[in-house]
Amino acid sequence: MKTTETSAPVPAESGAPVTKIDLPAPGQARGKKEGTVLNVFSHGILVIWAIMVVMPLVWAVMTSFKDDASIFGSPWSLPDRLHFENWSRAWTQAHMSDYFLNTVLVVGGSLIGTLVLGSMAAYVLARFDFPGNRFIYYLFIGGMSFPIMLALVPLFYVVNNMGLLNTIHGLILVYIAYSLPFTVFFLTAFFRSLPTSVAEAAFVDGASHSRTFFQIMLPMAKPGLISVGIFNFLGQWNQYMLPTVLNTDEDKHVLTQGLVQLAVSQGYKGDWSGLFAGLVMAMLPVLAAYIIFQRQVVQGLTAGALK
Amino acid sequence: MQHGKYRFIVGFLAVPLGLYALFVIWPFIQSIYYSFTDWTGLSPEFSMVGFANYERMLDDSIFWKSLQHSLLFALLVPVVTIGLALFLSFMINVGGRRRRGGPVISGVRGSGFYKIVYFFPQVLSIAIVALLFAFAYNPDSGAINSVLRAVGLDDVQPLWLGDPDLALWAVMAVLVWSTVGFFVVLFSAGMASIPADLYEAALLDGASRFTTFFRITLPLLWDTVQSGWVYMGILALGAESFAVVQIMTTGPGGPDYSTTVMVLYVYQKAFRDGQAAYATTIGVALLVVTLAFAAVVMRLGRRERLEY
Repeated sequence: MKTTETSAPVPAESGAPVTKIDLPAPGQARGKKEGTVLNVFSHGILVIWAIMVVMPLVWAVMTSFKDDASIFGSPWSLPDRLHFENWSRAWTQAHMSDYFLNTVLVVGGSLIGTLVLGSMAAYVLARFDFPGNRFIYYLFIGGMSFPIMLALVPLFYVVNNMGLLNTIHGLILVYIAYSLPFTVFFLTAFFRSLPTSVAEAAFVDGASHSRTFFQIMLPMAKPGLISVGIFNFLGQWNQYMLPTVLNTDEDKHVLTQGLVQLAVSQGYKGDWSGLFAGLVMAMLPVLAAYIIFQRQVVQGLTAGALK
Repeated sequence: MQHGKYRFIVGFLAVPLGLYALFVIWPFIQSIYYSFTDWTGLSPEFSMVGFANYERMLDDSIFWKSLQHSLLFALLVPVVTIGLALFLSFMINVGGRRRRGGPVISGVRGSGFYKIVYFFPQVLSIAIVALLFAFAYNPDSGAINSVLRAVGLDDVQPLWLGDPDLALWAVMAVLVWSTVGFFVVLFSAGMASIPADLYEAALLDGASRFTTFFRITLPLLWDTVQSGWVYMGILALGAESFAVVQIMTTGPGGPDYSTTVMVLYVYQKAFRDGQAAYATTIGVALLVVTLAFAAVVMRLGRRERLEY
């Protein structure tokens, strides 16, 4: 269903203009008729895509409440009853609770670290003239376009030599390092846009540079910190490649890795319902948070691209 | 503002810059160096071998396959995604029925709802999306083939990920599915900032809505489209294609290497086959491809910047 329909609307795009342009009726009447036809047509297309987005998610939720026999027998049927035991099995036996805890620890630590270190570097780069300022700025920005996998090969051994392999704090440090390019890029632009007069007044009144930063500039930068914080939170929560390489100890797995691991091991055990319960368990908190903080999330994720 | 300025600058930059240099810059430099050695990654000893790894790479048919697939990922996935997203966001923002006394161009009813729903996949991890679709593509019990059966297409039961000719397309479709919503929201924001009188003038002059799309909307959105293309291409060359190919396809890399991509090949050479030096060589090729891709898109797409 997915492949065929994903490509379907594209030909429709090139087909549609022909029918519309050929309408010969002049002026008002044409506009009105075209408007109605177009309206029906656009709603049709928009609803189809909405269904295609939602159906796989609904299917996953339904499957997580079914027993294994009906998952294989009739994939789209409703569950005969709500098999909550799938969920408790996934939470305890399949270690989903551990994976959640690991993810919360890693993302919590690295999010705070990213925001603190990123805003410090960005503030200095945005507000102070010193030799090498531009060079350091572009050094940070360059990290956005390089393929991370290239660095991961030696990084594995760097991290290993420091005794940080398969540790939560090691993963936190690496997450922070790889989140800095975008964070510095975004916050530098943000600090530049803030008025300079307030900071100068504070400085004249005898506040030190660091006090000015923490007590005056940071509170002023709150909207920017929220946007870039949401961006980093989702990026770090959903991270898959970095932990796959640097965090191979099963007890330390984060959510994404744990689920992939589970898919492999449950394949042998044949516990698909438990696996789907785990998948939905991992999806729902993020989706719920998105629906509640919808405006902020969209702003945070699109902020960088609109600059 | 001079007092203690340099001490402050150094104090604030030291930790972030040090961390970044140690975990990002230094490994990049190292891996370029390692690509000229015979380092296995398993033992600390190695010696310089000049361009031997690069010569080997040019003779490696799996490398050429992975390069081909990566290029497809970088070119096709963004084009389809952005095309579809432009189309959908045009429908959302311009497809509305004209109300009496209202503006000439208006968004469809429920545009907010569509944007919320379309954005769903963007907040999910690509790893979770890949897992979900790995099951949906299952030929016997997956959601997709059973829908085909339900609508009477019993003969059309592709093996999807098991079919060497289909697997790559099936994997790319998942990336398109998960990213379209992001661009719909991004382009909608861009379209909303285009002044309505531009459309009104064009419509008064007798232009159809589809002419206005190609003559007004697209040119004014061009900057966003272009940076979105580069952004998505880099993702499709790197982390995203790694996750979908590694999780979804058997091997991983698909039947008969039909889905392997460069980023996955680097990973397998380094961490499965113990050929770290050769892995960094492929990684350097990936770096070249990524930078060339970004340069080509920026250059091809260069137009006069339109102010409005």
